[in-house]
Amino acid sequence: MWQKSNIVSYRHFRTARRGLLVGGIQLGFCGLLAWRMHHLQVEKAESFRLVADENRINLRLIPNQRGEIYDRNGVKLAGNEASYSVTMVAEDAGDIDLILERLSKLINLSPEDIERSKAELEQSAKFLPVTILDRLERDDIEKIAFNAPMLPGINPEIAFSRTYPLGEIFAHVVGYVGPVSTRDLELRKDPDPLLRIPRFQIGKVGIERELETTLRGKAGTKKVEVNALGRVMREIERKEGSKGANLKLTLDTNLQAYVRARLGNESASVVVMDCNSGEILAICSSPAYDPNKFVRGISFNDYGILRDDNHRPLASKTVQDAYPPGSTFKMVTILAALEAGIINHREKIRCNGHVEVSNRKFHCWKRDGHGNVDLIKSLRESCDVYYYELAQQVGIEKIAEVARILGLGQSFDIEMSAVTSGIVPDKLWKLSARSREWVVGDTVNSSIGQGYVLASPLQLAVMIARIATGNEILPRLIESINGVKADEETSKLKLNKNNLNLVRKALFEVTNDKRGTAYDSRVLNKKSQIIGKSGTSQVRNISAVERTLGVLENKDLPWEQRDHALFVNYAPYDDPKIAVSVVVEHGGSGSTVAAPIARDITLQAIYQGTPPITAYPVEDRAKIYNQQRELKKLMPRTTKSSKVQA
Amino acid sequence: MSYLEYRVKTIPVGWRKILFMNWGLTALIIGAAFSGFAMLISVAGGNIEPWALSQMQRFSIGLLTMFIIAMTPIWIWRNVSVPIYMLSIVLLLLVEFLGSTGMGAKRWINLGFINLQPSEVAKIALIMLLAAYYDWLPADKVSKPIWVIVPIAFISLPVLLVLQQPDLGTSLLLLLSGATVIFLAGVHWVYFGTVIAFTVGFVIALFKSRGTEWQLFQDYQFSRIDTFLNPDSDPLGAGYHISQSKIALGSGGWTGRGYMEGTQSRLNFLPEKHTDFIFTTIAEELGFIGTISILAIYVGIMIFCLHSALRHRERFSSLLTLGLTMTFFLFFAVNMSMVMGLAPVVGVPLPLISYGGSAMLVLMGAFGLIQSAHVHRPRGST
Repeated sequence: MWQKSNIVSYRHFRTARRGLLVGGIQLGFCGLLAWRMHHLQVEKAESFRLVADENRINLRLIPNQRGEIYDRNGVKLAGNEASYSVTMVAEDAGDIDLILERLSKLINLSPEDIERSKAELEQSAKFLPVTILDRLERDDIEKIAFNAPMLPGINPEIAFSRTYPLGEIFAHVVGYVGPVSTRDLELRKDPDPLLRIPRFQIGKVGIERELETTLRGKAGTKKVEVNALGRVMREIERKEGSKGANLKLTLDTNLQAYVRARLGNESASVVVMDCNSGEILAICSSPAYDPNKFVRGISFNDYGILRDDNHRPLASKTVQDAYPPGSTFKMVTILAALEAGIINHREKIRCNGHVEVSNRKFHCWKRDGHGNVDLIKSLRESCDVYYYELAQQVGIEKIAEVARILGLGQSFDIEMSAVTSGIVPDKLWKLSARSREWVVGDTVNSSIGQGYVLASPLQLAVMIARIATGNEILPRLIESINGVKADEETSKLKLNKNNLNLVRKALFEVTNDKRGTAYDSRVLNKKSQIIGKSGTSQVRNISAVERTLGVLENKDLPWEQRDHALFVNYAPYDDPKIAVSVVVEHGGSGSTVAAPIARDITLQAIYQGTPPITAYPVEDRAKIYNQQRELKKLMPRTTKSSKVQA
Repeated sequence: MSYLEYRVKTIPVGWRKILFMNWGLTALIIGAAFSGFAMLISVAGGNIEPWALSQMQRFSIGLLTMFIIAMTPIWIWRNVSVPIYMLSIVLLLLVEFLGSTGMGAKRWINLGFINLQPSEVAKIALIMLLAAYYDWLPADKVSKPIWVIVPIAFISLPVLLVLQQPDLGTSLLLLLSGATVIFLAGVHWVYFGTVIAFTVGFVIALFKSRGTEWQLFQDYQFSRIDTFLNPDSDPLGAGYHISQSKIALGSGGWTGRGYMEGTQSRLNFLPEKHTDFIFTTIAEELGFIGTISILAIYVGIMIFCLHSALRHRERFSSLLTLGLTMTFFLFFAVNMSMVMGLAPVVGVPLPLISYGGSAMLVLMGAFGLIQSAHVHRPRGST
C-alpha cells in the first residue's frame, strides 16, 4: 500500500525540493535578522545608549527669585508675588489645538491668549514650557490638576511675578520688567539660558533694566529623568540657583510720595538730593504710569493713551529730558566771569532793557531795564543784560568749562534709563553738531541759559548741590547691593571758594530779600531757609513784530508754547543739606510756579514729614494748610505698614 | 482517499498518540511563551497585572486547543477545510458590517468571551484550503492555467476583504503564505516570474499614483512607507516608533540593561511596548544575548516544523505544515524587521510573546494542526 506511483514520488520529490528552498530562504532571512541584531545591538550600542540617555535625561532650569528693591528705610518698592500659571510643553501635548481647546473649556482663555500661545509654541523649542496663562486662581489650577489625564503637556505651575506695591510713585526710577523680546536678546547678547525661557521677565526700563544682571541672580539647574510624556520620574541631580541681589536705594518713599502728590498732573520733574553725599532722596517725573500694568502685559488701548498723552507719562523727564536752564544758568556765567577775573562784586553794568550785539537786539525780561546792576542785584533780580555784557567778555569757552565743573554737559553714572548728557555748547561743539561757526550772539544767548544750552533736572540738582557745598557731588541712587555699600569719594571743586561764597550770598537774596524774584517763596524758619534761583526758559522765539505788538502772556498761548518754569535751590544756608531742582514743562514763570513747589518739597525733606505751618510766611499759611491736608489724602497709606527690614 | 490506505498499526491511536507528539516543538513553544510572560511582567513594572496573568490564561487555553487539535486525525481537518474557509470568509464579511473599530480599522468581532480577529482565522483557513485543494488536484493538472486561477481566487477573496478593513500588513501576509503554498505545490516557475514582474510594476505605479486622484493607497499607508524609508526625518512624528525602538534596541548592547531595567520601555518612550514592540523591551533589557535567544527559539520551532513537513508523504500534511510554518515565519520575521527598521510598521505581533488573545489562540491552533499532521503520520510498523 505504501508503494507510490512515479507521479506521486515525483510530486513528493518536488514538494520536498521546493520546501527545502523555502525553508532555506526562511533560515537565510533569520541569518539576516541575526546580523542586523548584532549590528544594532553590539556594533552601534555606544551611540544608541547615548541617545537613550538623552531621551530620558532632561536638563531643566529652576528659575530663581529676582532680587527685591527697597527704599532707604526698608520699604519694599519691587517684590515678587507668588502666582499660579499654566504652561504647555509642545512636545508632550501632541495636538496643540485640541489641548488648548480642552483647556479653554476649563479656564477662561481668550482667543488672543490662544493665538499668542500658539505663536510662542511655534517659536520656541518643542521641549520648553510655554506659559499659556498666568495669574490664575487656585480654583482654576485645581480644575486643571483634576483633568490632567486629558491635558498632556499642560502643567500648572507656581511662579513669582513682579509687583510694585507703590505703583506709579516710583515708576520711572525703579522701572518694570516684561517678557524678553527678540530685540532684547539681540541687544544684550546675554548667554544666560534663563533668557531663553519664553516669557521670562527681564528689566525693561529704570533700575530693573540697568541692574538687570544683579537683580536676576543665577538660575539653578536640575537633571531629571522624564518619560515619553515629559513627566518627571525622578530627579537625578540638582544645583540650586542663587537669588538675585536685593537693592537698597537712597530714595525715601515718604518724600517721593509727597513729591509725586505735589506735582499732581503737571508735566513736571523733581530731583531731591542730599547735598553732601549726592544721595538722591526723591526723583520724580510727572505724570507717571502704573508699572504693574506693564508686568501683566499692558493692553494696546492703555498703552496708546500713555503714548499719545502730550504730558508724556512714559518719559523719565528727570534724567532723559534736557531743558534750556534759563536763568538758573546765570550762576555758571557769573562764576566763569569771577574765575576769569573779569569782574568783582562791586562792578556795575547799566541795564536799559536791551543790548545790541552784532546788529541784533537782546532783551532783558524787564522791558524798562534794571538801571545800574551789580553782581548781587543781577542774580537777585535776574537781570539779563548784565549777563549779556559779561558773557561777551568771558567768552563761551570759559563758561563751558565752569558749566562742566558744575556737572552740566555730562551724563552721570546713575542706574536709570536713557540718562542724557544735556548740552554745554562751545565752539567745537557747534562746528561738529551744527557745522556752523560760533557767533557772539550764541555766547549771549548761552549766558542766560538759552540757545543751545540744555540741562536735565538731575544735572540742575547736581549743579546747585555743588554750588552749595563746593564739593564735586555725584548723584547716587543705590545705597547698597545685598547689604554691601558702595564707597563714596568727593573731591573739592576747582573753583575759588570766595567766588562760590559770593554766588551763595546773591542766591540768598533771591529768596530772602524783598527785591528777590523768588521772595514770595521764602521760608521764615532760619534752619530751613531755602536758597535758590528761578528760571523761566523760552521754548519759542519772540519776533520783533510781536514785541512791538506786546508779548503774549503765557496763559494766552497754547500749552506747548508756554515757557518752562524752573527752580533750583538748596537749604539751609549755613549748613546745606538738601538740593532740589524743579522743572515744570510749559508751566510759566519759574518764580511763581516752580519756586513754591521747590519750597514745599525742601521743607518736607528737611522736616522729614509735614513741616510746621510756622515755617511759611503768614500770608501763605491758610493756603498751605489746605494744601497739606489735600496732599495727605493723596499719599499712599501703605507706606508705613509695608515697612519691612531689608 | 489515501488516508484510508493506512494500515491501522502504522498510525498511533488512543493515548499512545500523546507519545508521538512533536515534544521538541511543544517545548520550544512553551519556552517562547514563558519568555513572553517574563517580558510582560517587566513592561508592567514587575507586576503580573495587567498583562502577564491574562496572557498565561490565554496560553493555557491555547495549549489545550493545540492538544485537542493535535489529537484529532489530520484527515478530519482536511475534510473540514472547506467549511472552515467559508466560515472565515463569513466572519470577514461580518466584521465588515458589525465589527468594532480600533486604531482606525475595523478588525475585531466580539464573540462575547473573546474579541476575535477573523483575519487571523483566515490565515489558517486559507492554508488549509489550499493544502486540501492540491491534495485533491491530480499532479499533472497543477500548472494548468484553469487550475491555477482557482487557488488565486481562494487567496484573493480573504486578501481583498482584509485589505478593505484596512489592514495592509495582514493582507500581505495572507498573500505571501498563500503564494508559498501554491509554489510548494509545484506550480510552474513561469507563473511566479510573471507575478513578480507585475508586482514590481505595481509598486512603481503605486508611487507614481501618490497625490493623484487615483491614489492606490491611503495617506497613512504612504506615510508609513515614508517614515520607514527615512525614520529620522520626523523622529517625533510618524517616525517616532521606529526611531525609539531602534534606540531601545541599540542601547541594549551585549547583555542589556538588565531585566526590568530598560529605560526606554519603562519610561514609556516605546509605543505598544507590550504588543507589537515587545521585542524592543527584550532587546533593551536582555541585550543581544536575549534577542538572539528568542530568534534561536523561533528558528528551532521552524526547523522542527520543516523537518516534520519533509517527512510527510501526504500532500495535505506536507503543504499544510510548510504553509503554516511560513505563516509563523512571516509573523516573527516581519515583526523583527519592523522593530529593527528593516520593514515598515505594520501591525504584526511577535508570535507567542506579544500580548494578545486572538493571535495566540490562532497560532496555537496552527501548531495543533502541525502536531496533528505529525502525530497522524504513517510510520513503519512498530
